[in-house]
Amino acid sequence: MDVLVGIGSPDESVAALERTATRAAATGDDVTVAIVGDHADAAREALEADARAVADDAGIDVSIRHVEGDPGSQLVDIAEAEGFEELVIGGGSESPMGKITIGSTAEFVLLNAHTTVTLVR
Amino acid sequence: MTSERRYPDEISGPFPTPPREFTDGEDREIEIRPYDGSDAEYESLSEMYVEFDPEDRAQGIPPGKESRIRTWLDGILADDCYNIIAWDGDTAAGHATLVPDTDGDHFELAIFVLQDYQQAGIGTNLIKSLLGYGKSVGITKVWLTVERWNHPAVSLYKKVGFETTGAENFELEMAIRIGDDEE
Repeated sequence: MDVLVGIGSPDESVAALERTATRAAATGDDVTVAIVGDHADAAREALEADARAVADDAGIDVSIRHVEGDPGSQLVDIAEAEGFEELVIGGGSESPMGKITIGSTAEFVLLNAHTTVTLVR
Repeated sequence: MTSERRYPDEISGPFPTPPREFTDGEDREIEIRPYDGSDAEYESLSEMYVEFDPEDRAQGIPPGKESRIRTWLDGILADDCYNIIAWDGDTAAGHATLVPDTDGDHFELAIFVLQDYQQAGIGTNLIKSLLGYGKSVGITKVWLTVERWNHPAVSLYKKVGFETTGAENFELEMAIRIGDDEE
């Protein structure tokens, strides 16, 4: 299966990538990582390094690309245009109280993607 | 997110400070008082959340399993948080809490009323008492999120002075000012 993982922040996205990479190691899924959102160069490189490290730990190859523009719509566009079968994103953060909040990227993807979407907590 | 949150200019209130007693809509004598940190009150609160109807969960809280309820309570009953409980005798009927953001300047509010005690005025009394309690300890800015389809909760928050400050996500974000920053 061709899986697209969107990562945009270290805290929310690493879990999504770890889960995807672990599964891919078992199933042979092809994993593409899209680094989304506006980042300074250093932060962008750090996200890429994180992604490489997770993939190496799981023992899989991933292709990594940097995507500019609005994260939600870019992910939905790429997933559809390139025929990905699953789109994986971070599933929200927690408020000080422990309330789960879903960010605007996740909401956009859920409402607009025609592919299966997995939110990872 | 914290630094960009907008708060109303106008100060809401005044709000009553706990402890308070009142008769609820079902003729029960209810007392609202600050959490005293005792094991007995902790256990009563934990019991309330074990009984809590999963349908009334909001955004993942309260958690469902007792072990996770306790972990969650340990966090929100910490020393830098402000908690009040509505008591019907020894039974915890409702609970409201203020939890600081990481900067410690703004507080997130949540309120829970056990199903058997809902629609009897306890929620309204709890939230007013919590805001009064917060003001008495020098808190000026309080915020919350609420699922946008939860109309009873949204109207309660509006009634006491919360304004919608963010509506772009599934949850509404609302905020209230209860004191002057310069005071």
